[in-house]
Amino acid sequence: MGSKPRLSGYRRPDGTMGIRNHVIILPVDDLSNAAAEAVAKVVPGTLALPHSYGRLQFGEDLELTFRTLIGIGLNGNVAAVIVIGIEPNWTQRVANGIAKSGKPVAPFSIEGKGDLQTIADAARVAQVFLQDASEIVRESASEGDLILSIKCGESDTTSGLGSCPTTSEAVDRWVAAGGTVFFGETSELTGGEHLIADRCIDDACRNLFQATYDNYMKVIESTGANLLGSQPTQGNIAGGLTTIEEKALGNIAKTGSVPVVGVLAPAQAPPRNKPGLYFMDTSSAAAECVTLMAAAGAVIHLFPTGQGNVIGNPIEPVLKLTANRKTAASMPEHIDLDVSGLLRQEYNLTKAGDMMMEVIERTVNGRLCAAEALGHREFTFTKLFISA
Amino acid sequence: MGITGNQRYGKEVMMAKVPDFLLHHDGDSVAVANDDLQPGTLQGLSVKEQTAHTAVLNEPIPLGHKFALRDHAEGEAIVKYGIKVGIASKVIKRGDYVHTHNMRSYRWEASRA
Repeated sequence: MGSKPRLSGYRRPDGTMGIRNHVIILPVDDLSNAAAEAVAKVVPGTLALPHSYGRLQFGEDLELTFRTLIGIGLNGNVAAVIVIGIEPNWTQRVANGIAKSGKPVAPFSIEGKGDLQTIADAARVAQVFLQDASEIVRESASEGDLILSIKCGESDTTSGLGSCPTTSEAVDRWVAAGGTVFFGETSELTGGEHLIADRCIDDACRNLFQATYDNYMKVIESTGANLLGSQPTQGNIAGGLTTIEEKALGNIAKTGSVPVVGVLAPAQAPPRNKPGLYFMDTSSAAAECVTLMAAAGAVIHLFPTGQGNVIGNPIEPVLKLTANRKTAASMPEHIDLDVSGLLRQEYNLTKAGDMMMEVIERTVNGRLCAAEALGHREFTFTKLFISA
Repeated sequence: MGITGNQRYGKEVMMAKVPDFLLHHDGDSVAVANDDLQPGTLQGLSVKEQTAHTAVLNEPIPLGHKFALRDHAEGEAIVKYGIKVGIASKVIKRGDYVHTHNMRSYRWEASRA
């Protein structure tokens, strides 16, 4: 086998590709979780995605919820979608957004019918979707077909020394091979945001990045809160990180050395014809960030951790790596790649990058990552403001 | 460029033993413990330049925590990755443990222990 990974995936009707083949049962709102979960029980092999929101939201906050729901349905890791909502209008809107991809989608609403009839109706269609999806075969894929996302968590000083530089190697290699990568965590660039601004490919990109960053900071700082213990987190502090600036530089150490080609709104998909590294405006909370990136089309995630974050996502495999030997030893079931040898000078960063690419390749080709095997399915919406 | 450049760990210096501490760049004012460390004279390595360093540690610190490579006056910049990552909230002597008790953010003024 050569140095370039041999990759495979599932081609969707709109040309996107994924590395998993999920038939999802997608509730539009919190009220529909019970029915969605019941369908997934009646038709094992489908996957319910319960969540907490979707009612009485408005404005930009509502638009983000729709973009998240529709984006998850459009993700290449999803073969087909059952949409269940309390009422028909928003349910239909989500289904229409997903249907434009050409993949099978069916809406069901509960009002006037009740949970039990809805479950029966939806389960009949879910069964057909599942059987049909089981016949979709993997085909050859390239980096350009598969969007990679990155975000670190429960970081410590070993993140900036080992697991983030290893991720950086993967980012540079993925982009060099024609791929697209997302990074985000707006507040966690504080103290190093000039490094990202310098890497923006042109003034338009740089100005949008700076405006996005400044706006996020304005919201945080307007609270006047003492953020110590929230950012950096208690876990960060336990791991030796003292300030947001120190944390940010470790965070940025995972973003590779390639230019930033664009800035994305939360859950916004990048243009198909423009691969490269994108910054997405996101929270630094792990499950929120990964959910937004999955909704924008990312199909595999690299998650460097120091003290041991356990996050997963229902549709996007989240690969974890650590350079903290204590974490690798104490939480081995969560760690897909241990690069603590880098800090012991047992191998160099190029070798760590090779190890990372091998894990990525195997995961792309079907090996379950630790978070998938342990059933970590954090599906967490970003809420911009209060509901009506 | 900077911290995201093509640094290569161990490109020339393969140390006979595991370094006690690591610093990102030569010139950083703090280093990171590469293991649980006891006070004494320690051997370290800079990740970017791969330069061998010697330092004295004044108190025990756990893996991943920081100590000062030089004296810091109150208010003086603390440098890591070759970049200011905070300021000393009180006097820090060379070899002292550095964390929230004597270092704080300069960007988020409200954030302090």
